[in-house]
Amino acid sequence: MVFANPRAALDALAGQKYLADLAIAQVVFLAERLDKPVLVEGPAGVGKTELAKSVAAATDRRLIRLQCYEGLDEAKALYEWNYRKQLLRLQAAPGEAWSETESDIFGEDFLLARPLLEAIRSPEPVVLLIDEVDRVEMETEALMLELLADFQVSIPELGTMTATTRPAVFLTSNNTRELSEALKRRCLYLHIGYPTIEREQEILHARLPGLGERLAEQVARFVAGIRAMPLRKPPSVSESLDWAAALIALGVAALDDAVAAATLNVLLKHQSDIDIVAKELGADLIET
Amino acid sequence: MRFLVDFIGELREVGIGVSMVEAVDAAGALDHVDLLDRDQIRATLAATLIKSSRHLEAFDITFDAFFATRPRFDDPGVEGAGAPPGGEAGADGVGGGGTGGDTDLMEAMFRAVDAGDEDLLQAVVRAAVGRFGGMESGRPVGGAYYAYRVARGLDLDALRSRLEAAGESDGESALDRRLRLQEVGRVVERLRDMIRREITRRLVADRGHLPVAKTMRRPLAEDVDLTTATRDDLQRIERAVQPLTRKLAARVARRRRTGIEGRLDVRRTVRRSLSTGGALAEPRFRKPRPGRPDIVVLADVSGSVATFARFTMQLVHAVSSQLRRVRAFAFIDAIDEVTGHFRPGTDLAAAMARVGTEARVVWVDGHSNYGHALAQFVEQHLGAVTPTTTVIITGDARTNYHDPHTEALATIASRARAVYWLNPEDRRYWDTGDSVIGLYAPLCAAVYEVRNLRQLERFVETISVQRRDPAGLVA
Repeated sequence: MVFANPRAALDALAGQKYLADLAIAQVVFLAERLDKPVLVEGPAGVGKTELAKSVAAATDRRLIRLQCYEGLDEAKALYEWNYRKQLLRLQAAPGEAWSETESDIFGEDFLLARPLLEAIRSPEPVVLLIDEVDRVEMETEALMLELLADFQVSIPELGTMTATTRPAVFLTSNNTRELSEALKRRCLYLHIGYPTIEREQEILHARLPGLGERLAEQVARFVAGIRAMPLRKPPSVSESLDWAAALIALGVAALDDAVAAATLNVLLKHQSDIDIVAKELGADLIET
Repeated sequence: MRFLVDFIGELREVGIGVSMVEAVDAAGALDHVDLLDRDQIRATLAATLIKSSRHLEAFDITFDAFFATRPRFDDPGVEGAGAPPGGEAGADGVGGGGTGGDTDLMEAMFRAVDAGDEDLLQAVVRAAVGRFGGMESGRPVGGAYYAYRVARGLDLDALRSRLEAAGESDGESALDRRLRLQEVGRVVERLRDMIRREITRRLVADRGHLPVAKTMRRPLAEDVDLTTATRDDLQRIERAVQPLTRKLAARVARRRRTGIEGRLDVRRTVRRSLSTGGALAEPRFRKPRPGRPDIVVLADVSGSVATFARFTMQLVHAVSSQLRRVRAFAFIDAIDEVTGHFRPGTDLAAAMARVGTEARVVWVDGHSNYGHALAQFVEQHLGAVTPTTTVIITGDARTNYHDPHTEALATIASRARAVYWLNPEDRRYWDTGDSVIGLYAPLCAAVYEVRNLRQLERFVETISVQRRDPAGLVA
């Protein structure tokens, strides 16, 4: 029992400066109770990866991270035989009987554990973060199913390895493709959207202690307004944090149109988006 | 338990696939939940039953019907059938009791919003729904009608201007002013939401949760019929189409890269063998480089099928980086090239509007004339079509009894790699009235009935991967 109730999960995360909302805390709590992996989706930069890190820190567990990319295969995700070491072992003892050698070179000494196997074999419970799972191919995704369902891994030469302690698993996805039904079925689903103005304000305060009350409120409201516009890439929490940090560095005490227009490039990543917002600001400047 | 089964059944009716395992998970998860806490239940059911962000909206609607909020204090509920509509019966508890006039109610609401008093606001909304909703037991009227009545009764627009005026102060910067106005907009929006919830709650109390969920049921955005979509539906489709195009582009890129096994790369295989002492242990393959298809879109942009043309453009546009070339032509009764209007990063809605005003798509009267448009295409733009070109024509083939000029389409088809016709009309109405799809069909590689976003997405994906004919995949 790590968390007594969702409220405790919320507080523990807050202790790590991760300000979750109740829905997030509820899922974290349930995942722990039901021993289920959590699939976290949402726009980039709302704190999906950060959630796993904070859970690890809050529960005092080691974080094992598997960054997914296209072309990630078993050898990189699960395990690989240390081919060179095996070769050396063979060359070092030329006269040895094969049966003896075989049982030796396919022992655990010659196994290179990759993140997934490492999480299974760890004697103390860990947090396993499988980041951007939507980037791997279907085949690799299938490979993870055994792990997620039963927390075990089959290695033909060694047999099945079962986890001694259940790792807490977080998968994140940027939703660039539909994940397989089988994978989704095994997970609890958590969608993290943009925070409410109040929560964003709290996040800004927690992360940037130097930020003034008034500026935090202005930033949170301003960003919320921008998100309602039709942009290619609406600013995320990470961008509003960057922006607020930039404003502090510039010594801005209160936001006005001129400052906002001059620093938009911190908040927005596409020129066409900057143009849209700048036009909005400019129109107001002329009006008043 | 029975309740949960009903709830899952309703989700399935809406089109959200909930598997047996997920249902069992949900039931198991509820053991760990404080069943008096509605938010906990909501989060738990969402986590176990919903597996895609696209379904969250539908889930929320259904949840609200099934788990309607219970009132915090005694509440007479829906007025009996005998009460006159708009009567004074109903919940009160707002200063002055139930006898207060409408102005009192509006005053109380303004104070509640201004002071941020949640409890008072709840009470006001409750009283307002009782007073203005005119809800009667057993009346077969949807919630939207009541919501409209309450919003009008409370005069939310007046509230908005009052709130806007209230925060006014001298020396306020333009930015602060704008932020404040946005805030007022959000408050009013929230108020509308509270009204909707209160009405749902009363409807459920009156009719039970299943019938109410049924009346609130809406198809998922990608299943909405594009030609008959309401404005509200279109907005939802609009929101759905953005992530969908991104996903489509990623998927097409991936499939094109991984679909075909490349040929053995001898040089890299030998190079690799050096690390294993000369044994050819790991074969290396060349990356396949499949040809990029070349697409020409001819879109009918007349009123009846314009929205459909627009979404087609948007999806084709999304995969354009995977295509060698995309050329777009728009027509009503004359045809003009509009490729230039669809550069990457342009606002599609604005581009479509520009097509309407700038392109010469009208010849005589602005009624669809497929025959003339096709003939004109052959005359002026036939160079755009080569043996590697896939031609996509979108439209309902309703040519207003003009000459269909089938020989023009035959000319295009004989030069192109393939011609596909996407017809957004229900197949039952094909070849009725002025529809001549039957005359064009034999000249096309295939004609598809594509009525919603899901079918359209599938078609565009197959076309752009182009390993074999999409026939049989869309139908």
